[in-house]
Amino acid sequence: MTTWEPVIGLEIHVQLKTRTKMFCRCPVGFGAAPNTQTCPVCLGFPGALPVPNRTAIEWVVKLGLALGCEIAPRAVFARKNYFYPDLPKGYQISQYDLPSCIDGKVLLPTAEGDRVIGIVRAHLEEDAAKTVHVGGRSGRIGGAEASLVDYNRGGTPLVEIVTAPDIRSADEAKRFLQLLRQTIVELGVSDAEMEKGTLRVDANVSVRPEGSDELRTRTEIKNMNSFNFIARGIEAEVERQIGVWESGGEVVQQTYDFDAGSGTLTARRAKEEADDYRYFPEPDLVPVEPERELVERLRTELPELPADRIRRLEEELDLERATVLVTGGLDRLWGETVGAGADRVAAANVIANALVGAGVDPGAVPPSELAKLVEARDRIPRAAFDEAIASLGDPGFSADPYLAQEAVSDTAELEPIVARILEANPGQVEAYRGGKEGLLGFFVGQVMKETDGKANPRVVSELVREKLSA
Amino acid sequence: MAPAIDTLRLTAEEAVGLLERRELSAAELHRAYLDAIGERDDELHCYLRTLEEPDGEGVPIALKDVISTKGVETTAGSRILAGYVPVKDSTVAARCRAAGLSLLGKTNTDEFAMGSSTENSAYGPSRNPWDPTRVPGGSGGGSAAAVSAGLAPWALGSDTGGSIKQPSALCGNVGLRPTYGTVSRSGIVAFASSLDQVGPVGKTVRDVALLLSIVAGRDPDDSTTVDSPPVELPTAEDLTGIRLGVPRELNEHPGIEPGVREAVARAIALAEELGAEVGECELPRSVEYGLPCYYLIAPAEASSNLARYDGVRYGPRVDAPSYREMVERTRDEGFGAEPKRRIMLGTYALSAGYYDAYYGQAQKVRTLIIEEHRAAFERFDALVSPTSPTVAFPVGERAADPLAMYASDLLTIPSCLAGLPGLSIPCGLADGLPVGLQVVGPQFGENTIFRVGHALERALAFDTVPERLR
Repeated sequence: MTTWEPVIGLEIHVQLKTRTKMFCRCPVGFGAAPNTQTCPVCLGFPGALPVPNRTAIEWVVKLGLALGCEIAPRAVFARKNYFYPDLPKGYQISQYDLPSCIDGKVLLPTAEGDRVIGIVRAHLEEDAAKTVHVGGRSGRIGGAEASLVDYNRGGTPLVEIVTAPDIRSADEAKRFLQLLRQTIVELGVSDAEMEKGTLRVDANVSVRPEGSDELRTRTEIKNMNSFNFIARGIEAEVERQIGVWESGGEVVQQTYDFDAGSGTLTARRAKEEADDYRYFPEPDLVPVEPERELVERLRTELPELPADRIRRLEEELDLERATVLVTGGLDRLWGETVGAGADRVAAANVIANALVGAGVDPGAVPPSELAKLVEARDRIPRAAFDEAIASLGDPGFSADPYLAQEAVSDTAELEPIVARILEANPGQVEAYRGGKEGLLGFFVGQVMKETDGKANPRVVSELVREKLSA
Repeated sequence: MAPAIDTLRLTAEEAVGLLERRELSAAELHRAYLDAIGERDDELHCYLRTLEEPDGEGVPIALKDVISTKGVETTAGSRILAGYVPVKDSTVAARCRAAGLSLLGKTNTDEFAMGSSTENSAYGPSRNPWDPTRVPGGSGGGSAAAVSAGLAPWALGSDTGGSIKQPSALCGNVGLRPTYGTVSRSGIVAFASSLDQVGPVGKTVRDVALLLSIVAGRDPDDSTTVDSPPVELPTAEDLTGIRLGVPRELNEHPGIEPGVREAVARAIALAEELGAEVGECELPRSVEYGLPCYYLIAPAEASSNLARYDGVRYGPRVDAPSYREMVERTRDEGFGAEPKRRIMLGTYALSAGYYDAYYGQAQKVRTLIIEEHRAAFERFDALVSPTSPTVAFPVGERAADPLAMYASDLLTIPSCLAGLPGLSIPCGLADGLPVGLQVVGPQFGENTIFRVGHALERALAFDTVPERLR
């Protein structure tokens, strides 16, 4: 029986958060009234000419350096020609055969050491406008009664990042994207939020017998708007392709939309003719030739990158916790909290679970107060702890009033409650005794509920274990 | 009572003097031209529209209808832009306004500046003031004919492969195509972006130089513009120290009419008498490959530049049940035969599988043509030849034969491809019709060719007023 290996490459579009658009001075924004952020340039009026945004050019260089790319001394904008209502000029300006950044790599820390994910290129282009098709089926242009176009988004600077087909699992794709996203956010060039469309990801997927180095026919998956959906979409497609090969079939090159609701892939209608974008160098623009000094300055200004910090933190914690802290943008708070006297692992757990769960902005948290809470977490009532965590971001927060409360640790007081809970859940008790030790948390939770969160969960947990092993 | 104004003879420079000395008001001057237009434009059809009231305190000016004028309809001679009123001035129109020039009107042009006779205008052909049964040349026939017929003191045209110089030659006045990058293209309805350049038309070389000084200069809205040397109004009446090259292929081409050849030869002999050193040179590739190279590059860029006319945002729309049909019908009805022909040619030249053989090859040839000219300018300060192989031809003669029409630009195209400045001055008559002498300079060599043109103009004493209007 063949073992199959997924071969995955990603195409990532990142909307830059420059003040103005790629080729005009219209503001870049989200949520303005339709067609209010437009001008003759981004509406493609006769004679209007593009003027490149210097900041966007600097930022693609910065991003390229962070992805370990070579920065092209001469990049050229080209025209990609096709007709669509969201494309006012009838062409998109995009770097084509001479992109700004080439040949990079990202080192993805894993338990087995660094995985090298090649970056084929990162280039600048302008975003299309937004079209809404009214009437007809499923928002497609075919059969729609009318199409409405909002040109506000048209001309927003985009960086397209193309990875090599170096990713070997859906989970790896997700972890790569989390790392990439954090890198982009920390560089300050984009908010990179999938739900807002400032980060968009398409996946190219194929499979091959493990050990082989062939590249079989790949398919493209689009329309996935969260990292989890990307992982699920890839998983579904990998399974489908394995099924096709194993039943003696042939995978056909095709584009699929991932439907998050049903978790299924829908093939897009095949085009009647092949795309021919008739690329040629954009004659309205001169080549992008970033000065050597600028590139070197940007290189020296690069902050310590998330991947490096994961490897550094891994020494003090473990890979999983280090990854969660760094890709969540939480490692600085963690460091300061540990610096204020908190236990490393406990601080990591509290930050990655309780703090993130409560939706607190890590930037607003006073590390010294958080450190006190981490140390007191087993001593004070759970309810008080949770409340304190949720309030950590409030101005002038002090942990002291919460620390004054004591959790109930008196076994004499807790024992009857534990006994009652066990009696009320005979099925779970039996399952636990049968080996389902994960149910411990369930029993502790029930006791906590019963005591309005005042019980000391560690004491409760010991009591439950004692009783059940008796 | 204002003095009678002879618009047929008045130069722009003289008009500036009259206004400065307050011998005349801007309104009186404007009115004088409107009266002349009322008298002669029914026959000549130079103007697509005129402005009743002056909008500046200076000399009036006519602008070719590819030049966007805020609040004044700008159609580029096409039905597809009927009713299109720009919301913003082109940079050149704004610079004319800032200099106080008042807009007389918009002049006729071949549709999207595609043509050599103005017969391709969707609004009917213009006529040659020397003989209204003949064409004024094109695409800027409206501007050139207006200046010669006393319907404007000066005008701006646009030149892609000869659209300023050739009409000036056929109408017996002075036209300049500046070095590529000297004058902003922002707001100029684009034909072929890497070739389009705006330039002045006038009765004298000094008028043309003066108008260039008003519109030239780097423009932040056009990234392809550069700082050019300040314009010097020519005064010298001799050519001492000037080395004039006579490219054999441009002067001995079999397509050149004998009368044209003789008039140009006389002018070259006169230049020698004025002190110029005259020598032969060769531009073998420029003439042999110039025309085919141009007819690949210009239509390729045009096919992309004209994609924006889709009926979605401006211009007339032909409604249809689907987006695709709407665009098809709008473009089918909106474009005339010549733009359609060039869109087809250009789309083909850029198509996958043909790019290298056509567009790519043409770019290589263009580089050879640039090199060939550069070599010639190591030995010479300017190159002279006929501007047009023939004098003005009868209306209708070439309209049905695109190749014959394309050959009209045989001698102007090489220097256009090389991005070089070229001046056409009238140098005599053949069969009672004007002959143009083309003076091509090195990059940014405008002041040199002004000097050559001015000295010859003085010595030739050509009467720019058409004989039938004297």
